[in-house]
Amino acid sequence: MDSVVETHGLTREFTRRGKGAKLLTRSALRAVDDLSITIAPGDSVGYIGANGAGKSTTIKMLVGILVPTSGTVRTCGLDPLKQRRELAARVGVVFGQRSQLWWDLPVRESFEILSAIHRLPPSRSRARTDELVDRLELGEFLATPVRQLSLGQRMRAEVAAALLHQPQLVILDEPTIGLDVLSKQRLREFLIQERATHGTTLLLTTHDMGDIERLCDRVLVVDHGRVVHDGDLDGLARAAGAGRTLVVDLTGPTADLGGIPHTAHLGSEVDGARQRLGFDSERTTAAAVLAAVSERAEVRDLSIEEPDIEDVVRRIYHARR
Amino acid sequence: MNRDRHHATQPDQAPGHLAAYRAVLSSRMRAQRSYRSNFVIDLISSGLVGLIELAEVWLLFHQVGLLGGLTFEQVLLVFGIGDLCFSLADLFVGHLDNIPTYIRKGTLDVFYLRPQPLLLQLMTSDISLRRLTRAAIGLASIVIALSINPIHWSPAKVALLALTIVCGLVTYASLYVWAAGVQFFMVNGAEFTNAFVYGGRYASTQPAAVWSAPLKVLFGFVFPVALVAYVPTLRLLDLPGPAGFPTWLAWCTPLAALWMAAFGLTMWRFGVRHYQGGGG
Repeated sequence: MDSVVETHGLTREFTRRGKGAKLLTRSALRAVDDLSITIAPGDSVGYIGANGAGKSTTIKMLVGILVPTSGTVRTCGLDPLKQRRELAARVGVVFGQRSQLWWDLPVRESFEILSAIHRLPPSRSRARTDELVDRLELGEFLATPVRQLSLGQRMRAEVAAALLHQPQLVILDEPTIGLDVLSKQRLREFLIQERATHGTTLLLTTHDMGDIERLCDRVLVVDHGRVVHDGDLDGLARAAGAGRTLVVDLTGPTADLGGIPHTAHLGSEVDGARQRLGFDSERTTAAAVLAAVSERAEVRDLSIEEPDIEDVVRRIYHARR
Repeated sequence: MNRDRHHATQPDQAPGHLAAYRAVLSSRMRAQRSYRSNFVIDLISSGLVGLIELAEVWLLFHQVGLLGGLTFEQVLLVFGIGDLCFSLADLFVGHLDNIPTYIRKGTLDVFYLRPQPLLLQLMTSDISLRRLTRAAIGLASIVIALSINPIHWSPAKVALLALTIVCGLVTYASLYVWAAGVQFFMVNGAEFTNAFVYGGRYASTQPAAVWSAPLKVLFGFVFPVALVAYVPTLRLLDLPGPAGFPTWLAWCTPLAALWMAAFGLTMWRFGVRHYQGGGG
């Protein structure tokens, strides 16, 4: 099959009117700038960038909510503007900040209405609802009105609502924002499962490193509406020059462990009893760094920290300016 | 009915096109009725608003006796038709007024993600049953006016009355659609459009003969609410029309409704194309 998402030179500008005396002056703000991306069926893509980088605007153009200023976009092989209704049957979107459920109805009734909206035959609707209720553990609050749900419960119900018609492309805009660790974990596990069983294509925006690490094979980084990185997560870390960090706990106060090849001393705590060493995983290994440390001090415990996504994005931004 | 029976024999048929709208609307009605005391208070207050507006008209005529060549008994029919049509339009599509909130909160985006026409979804997203009492006051005004005014009934007049009410409903509903379309590209556009929606409602319950020329053009032909109630009333009561409003215009209410519907839908399409996306 052809690509699930394909854009060429996709651009969207917003005109802003001045305030007060400048009311008649207009300025154009380019939220998405010449964006060309392709997403293949079954891909799982993280779409990341700072606030205002153009992530939500892109998503809105992909599903036909916003009209592009220029460029082309095809989603699931359809034109999102002219074929919005056909597209709605193939795409499921979860907006972390807005609800598809009826706040005064029990969760189950919202699902029933959505089944009617997507014209699912009763047997299919029942089977799919059961599947989602089971996997997202919605059973205990199916009869509860949506307004009485906790944030974690509501988010899971939202995801079920967006996936009820079993869309081939699922777009999630900040799906884990504000969720506790357990809810995040459940949601991620569900998405991994959904992808494995139905071959669903995922596109998600997030500020959460964990989402990307657990869910995505590919990361797109946008800055000022342009893609500044496209590749796997390791490649992103490499591109940003952000290495991993070895944290060693030593048996006693030790002088700073500088001068180890391809390693940078990042800091010491408790008089040097704990030290942080950044290393470039392309050129050396954790074992080699550890061996070098062991020659100079006795290691009691250690851990390795992966690069932080926000940090990586920040570095990419800086490298470009 | 037919479709339901169809379902019974073939239980796994996909739901029909209308099932979605039916499901949403019935849930809305259930939700409104489930807060019983709230609903009763809403019904009463909406009825009171209707009564106060009627009282306003009565007070005016109590002072002047005759306005625009009409007596209070005669204007009661104008008021009744105008108010019934407006209340019914308000009942069915009045929530289009909420578009600015839907846009600001991003609720509108959710409608884009469903496989139905946007406007139809919005229209059927809610129904304001509390308006029923106000519609009842309009209907009561019509019934009373028809019984106290001498009318030479004929089949044509019965047809005219029915046509007038249907077309009036469409005209007002289209006015709401027009106003909703404007909200997409006008910040705080509600203040502007309310002048036409609510001004139009008020204007339609008045004899157009007393208006200034610009108002006659505006509410006679651009937003043709004078045709909703005033002109048909003249025809029903066999009264002469003022300059610019010959009474054969009473049969032109379908044209007025069609014009307003086209105007409303064009504005809606124009608005949707200028949608900037709501919320964060």
